[in-house]
Amino acid sequence: MGIDLPLIWAVIIIFGVMMYVVMDGFDLGIGMLFPFVKGKADRDVMMNTVAPVWDGNETWLVLGGAALFGAFPMAYAVVLEALYLPLILMLVGLIFRGVAFEFRFKARDAKRHLWDKAFIWGSLVATFFQGVALGAFIEGFKVVDRHFAGGTLDWLTPFSLFCGLGLIVAYTLLGCTWLIMKTDGPLHQRMHDLARPLALVLLAVIGVVSLWTPLAYGQIAERWFSMPNLIWFMPVPILVMVTFYALLRAVAQDTHYTPFLLTLVLIFLGYSGLGISLWPNIIPPSISIWEAAAPPQSQGFMLVGTLFILPFILGYTFWSYYVFRGKVSHDDGYH
Amino acid sequence: MFGLEALELARIQFAFTVSFHILFPAITIGLASYLAVLEGLWLKTHEQVYRDLYHFWSKIFAVNFGMGVVSGLVMAYQFGTNWSRFSEFAGSITGPLLTYEVLTAFFLEAGFLGVMLFGWNRVGRGLHFFATVMVAVGTIISTFWILASNSWMQTPQGYEIIDGRVIPVDWLAVIFNPSFPYRLMHMATAAFVATAFFVGASAAWHLLRGSDNPAVRKMLSMAMWMALIVAPVQAVIGDFHGLNTLKHQPAKIAAIEGHWENHPGEPTPLILFGLPDMQAETTRFKLEIPALGSLILTHSLDKQVPALKEFAPEDRPNSTVVFWSFRIMVGLGMLMILVGLWSLWLRRSGKLYSSRPFLYLTLWMGPSGLIAILAGWFTTEIGRQPWVVYGLMRTADAVSNHSYTQLGITLVMFVVVYFALFGTGLGYMMRLVRKGPQSTVGEQPQSGGPGQQRTPARPLSAADDGSEHAAARPNEGN
Repeated sequence: MGIDLPLIWAVIIIFGVMMYVVMDGFDLGIGMLFPFVKGKADRDVMMNTVAPVWDGNETWLVLGGAALFGAFPMAYAVVLEALYLPLILMLVGLIFRGVAFEFRFKARDAKRHLWDKAFIWGSLVATFFQGVALGAFIEGFKVVDRHFAGGTLDWLTPFSLFCGLGLIVAYTLLGCTWLIMKTDGPLHQRMHDLARPLALVLLAVIGVVSLWTPLAYGQIAERWFSMPNLIWFMPVPILVMVTFYALLRAVAQDTHYTPFLLTLVLIFLGYSGLGISLWPNIIPPSISIWEAAAPPQSQGFMLVGTLFILPFILGYTFWSYYVFRGKVSHDDGYH
Repeated sequence: MFGLEALELARIQFAFTVSFHILFPAITIGLASYLAVLEGLWLKTHEQVYRDLYHFWSKIFAVNFGMGVVSGLVMAYQFGTNWSRFSEFAGSITGPLLTYEVLTAFFLEAGFLGVMLFGWNRVGRGLHFFATVMVAVGTIISTFWILASNSWMQTPQGYEIIDGRVIPVDWLAVIFNPSFPYRLMHMATAAFVATAFFVGASAAWHLLRGSDNPAVRKMLSMAMWMALIVAPVQAVIGDFHGLNTLKHQPAKIAAIEGHWENHPGEPTPLILFGLPDMQAETTRFKLEIPALGSLILTHSLDKQVPALKEFAPEDRPNSTVVFWSFRIMVGLGMLMILVGLWSLWLRRSGKLYSSRPFLYLTLWMGPSGLIAILAGWFTTEIGRQPWVVYGLMRTADAVSNHSYTQLGITLVMFVVVYFALFGTGLGYMMRLVRKGPQSTVGEQPQSGGPGQQRTPARPLSAADDGSEHAAARPNEGN
């Protein structure tokens, strides 16, 4: 058979997770920006910028889980068993945040602060443990005889905890630049002031991860610094620097759309860097997408439907964003 | 914890999260179709009452849908976190079925929900109706895939096993496995019946408090027609489902019947009540009717029903539990049929909206459909033990290798979080029900006029009950 099904499925899942990171990234970020904004009216606006789209965003996370289950059952089994606690905590965070999103608008004034806290902490916990899970994934899992063979707390390392904090910074910057784009007035100004320090912290985080991974993992150093890879991959760090420069300039010039778009580019580049480090392993450090793949009967069956349906999904997702385009302000709700 | 092992804790945790979850989709399936019918009737007849009911129930639908989304997200990951050996063994079949569910159902629902809940004044009537129908269709498609997956685990076919893993051979055989048509019909119908009784109880509550108006009457009437027609249909489907189970999972039937052994030449009795004792291998205190078991299950007076002692002790499901969970389901089903018949009789004598005993019974029957759904799922899931994939993989071999402490802590966390958050959500739903359908006399009900501030946050915030402060709506002017 000429078609490399595991390769195609790896690309689809990478795409799905990327969609999730981009879309749920900024709405999680908004939760984490709540502590920086006190007023109820401004908080209402912040929530309303993502309210019409957030549940669609989370469907990508469900797709990621289901597609991994179907296309790479071994990876689904090993990774989810190994990351049991961080994933469960992430899900609990998402539940708190998901319901807070909605209950907040219906709560009595005296109780609203509870849902504000649920929204803040839910977003923080979900993001932190997503980052921890990512860090633990980069570090790899001990696999014996196709099963996870490590311990309950293997995921708990300085590196994974650092990744948790790093992801908080990344999502907060996404949320911040999203709000720069979607709001006006004092709230816009507040976000504008936050963007530069956040961007600088993110730059530091990316720097640390870029040094830490090759130093700690020989395989990753080998991937990046051997010839001719070094030349092929050199554009990634260069582009990261260029994007950062452009981002800081865009913030300084008070543009409205560019900071968000450039942050997306940054996230995309970081994500690509990660892909370069790990490819083609789906269970780092040594099990490849081909070893963990479901039989072609499964991957082929899924592919037919996916290729047909995905364009429609992208179509109405885009449409939904289009319907809710433009700035959101305080008095939008009262006409 | 209480002398339980890690396996039991993993099972309890999964049972807890999935039991909580199923309540929301069951109501979602029923209400989505109900809303499509209401909107269709409004477009056809232009009777105000249908539009009022549509707006009333769409708010309750929105709260319920939101809770289904977040509790469902947990399920997508628990297959792997709790049952990693199963995932590795059968992921090549279960995984693609779930992926199809996400692609064909979840995205469809998420895509059209926004228009359905907030687009009343933004799109034309036809397009809005189309969105409602798409959401309803999405819920049915979702039922299709998840039950195909569950049924395959109950009656697997269309596969072969290579290197200790399942390989799909014939996808049509996998999806349309022997128990699938019955289970799909039974569950979809159960969702409709459960919703009908939920709607009926809401109407009864209002009538009992004297808030009598055409919309409340209409919803009681519609709910009771459903009860009258669909509850008996469900009994017939259930009978067919039972015969199918007898053929493919005889041990489950023997456990449901609490039937331990056959005597040569004697037809099997039906045990109405009793207490199956797994250790003593007998059913205590039993009240039985001779030969009725054979009559119901084999439709004859001489054939015997399989008995539990024909199966090795380690292959027997827990009869004590399924004997009773089955009887709770059937008992509630019979009560539902009774309510349907009573409603017909009252309708003929013109007392449907005023008979207090009937209204009280209908009110108390509000959660009956949901309880019956849970009892039915407990019966079929405990009844298939000790297998997770029937005859192929035992539950004990499917579980992830988690410590007892880890599972204990997360179980307590789930219990606390679910009761607190979904309890609050249910409280909001009840508050909306209490408010009752509002007559809108030609006004635009969704546009947020004076005293009716609205929020766009979807899905739950479509459920603004108007009695509290709500927030701004984005881009209303766009």
